[in-house]
Amino acid sequence: MSAGARTWAEGDELPPLEIPVTRTLIVAGAIASRDYQDVHHDAELAKAKGSPDIFMNILTTNGLVGRYLTDHFGPDAVLRKVAIRLGAPNYPGDTMVLTGKVVSVAEGTAQVAVVGANGIGKHVTGTVTVGLPREGASR
Amino acid sequence: MSGALDVDGAGGVDEDAFLKELKAYEGQPAAEGGVGRDLVNEPMIRHWCEAMGDTNPAYTGPDAVAPPTMLQAWTMGGLGGHQGRSAAQQELFELLDGAGFRSVVATDCEQEYLRPLRIGDEITFDAVIESVSERKTTKLGTGHFVTTRMDVRANGELAGTHRFRILKFAPAKRPARTSGAKDGKPVRRPRPVINRDNAGFWQGVEQHKLLIQCCTGCSVLRFPWLPGCNSCGSQEWDTVEASGEGTVYSYVVMHHPPFPAFDPPYAVGLIELAEGVRIISNVVGVPHDEVRIGMPVRLEFLRADEELEVPVFRPVQQESPAAASAEGSAA
Repeated sequence: MSAGARTWAEGDELPPLEIPVTRTLIVAGAIASRDYQDVHHDAELAKAKGSPDIFMNILTTNGLVGRYLTDHFGPDAVLRKVAIRLGAPNYPGDTMVLTGKVVSVAEGTAQVAVVGANGIGKHVTGTVTVGLPREGASR
Repeated sequence: MSGALDVDGAGGVDEDAFLKELKAYEGQPAAEGGVGRDLVNEPMIRHWCEAMGDTNPAYTGPDAVAPPTMLQAWTMGGLGGHQGRSAAQQELFELLDGAGFRSVVATDCEQEYLRPLRIGDEITFDAVIESVSERKTTKLGTGHFVTTRMDVRANGELAGTHRFRILKFAPAKRPARTSGAKDGKPVRRPRPVINRDNAGFWQGVEQHKLLIQCCTGCSVLRFPWLPGCNSCGSQEWDTVEASGEGTVYSYVVMHHPPFPAFDPPYAVGLIELAEGVRIISNVVGVPHDEVRIGMPVRLEFLRADEELEVPVFRPVQQESPAAASAEGSAA
């Protein structure tokens, strides 16, 4: 999209993305990812299993991290690798703020360290490898 | 921080022998000949993008590709259950369930995307149990990590790999169910430790009086109760009754870890009394996220159970219980 010769360099910080963790997002993400584990939609059963409430599934977190990267690098960027680790769960009512930093750029790919922090800690930490859009490159 | 993590139901198992049993599953298939329930298709992509708020134009239109992070979604069994899950995987999970590790949470996901998935692609997959960890204790509870690695193919061509780690665990004891009840019995607040040095304070509470110590040597007020005066060292003291007026000097909101008989999130305030001393207590009658430093509050007494009453503070403007409905605690 962006015709301007946008370049990326090590140390670049991505603008933060705030994700309100609503009950709707948790449930919509779980269903869109075909994940019917009760802990992602049924608060009573989640409590019975020792969780204070329903919580976001890892597939949704993965999808949000992917979105965060392509929002920034544009539709011609290609996700090559997404590796995430979950920590503090995303419970309803919380807000997750995604931040990212380019840790290396080489041979048309960038490695980006991503953190998604919520009110109780780091929900997700990860590294994403993105194939950067080349000028005139088409999908 | 997280305190003792006792494990429900996992006791009595010889840990080493159990681990050996678990380790035997390493290298065994987790899924064989799995076939995605649906071909890669536009509606599922659109539903995904709607949920994620992803407006990337690459995922729409005639030559749309699927969001790469959807990789695992195409392999999910949905309500119909898992497709192609192997007997080994089934057995491993039953073994863990049987030992009390019945809860499951995903902890890691590593995906590599080799080629984009396009509308109409048929998804097939195979997975192997890469590793089963020794017993680990986390904030969630105690259990074993199980790592699987899946190859995902589109029309027979390797399209991506997916390494997935879950924790099969027995939840850490959380007597603080949101209802404040465990096994039908209400969980009570911790009992105060009453001794010669502070008995007068609790006697005051019984009579709905918040008593502050006052040094008879130098007249300095002190709280909490202590045997001697920090200013002059005198051990002689009297009490004065607090007027009950105060302001929030500082506060924290407790989210985690959950604590018996308390229902997070809730505000714990450091209240500066009109007399000048400070007391730690709950700020009640106001949503936890509306507590503010400097907020005027007034003392009241909360009956926690038949044996225990405690002083708490309520913002002065909001004496009606209407504020409580703003943040329902029992959904």
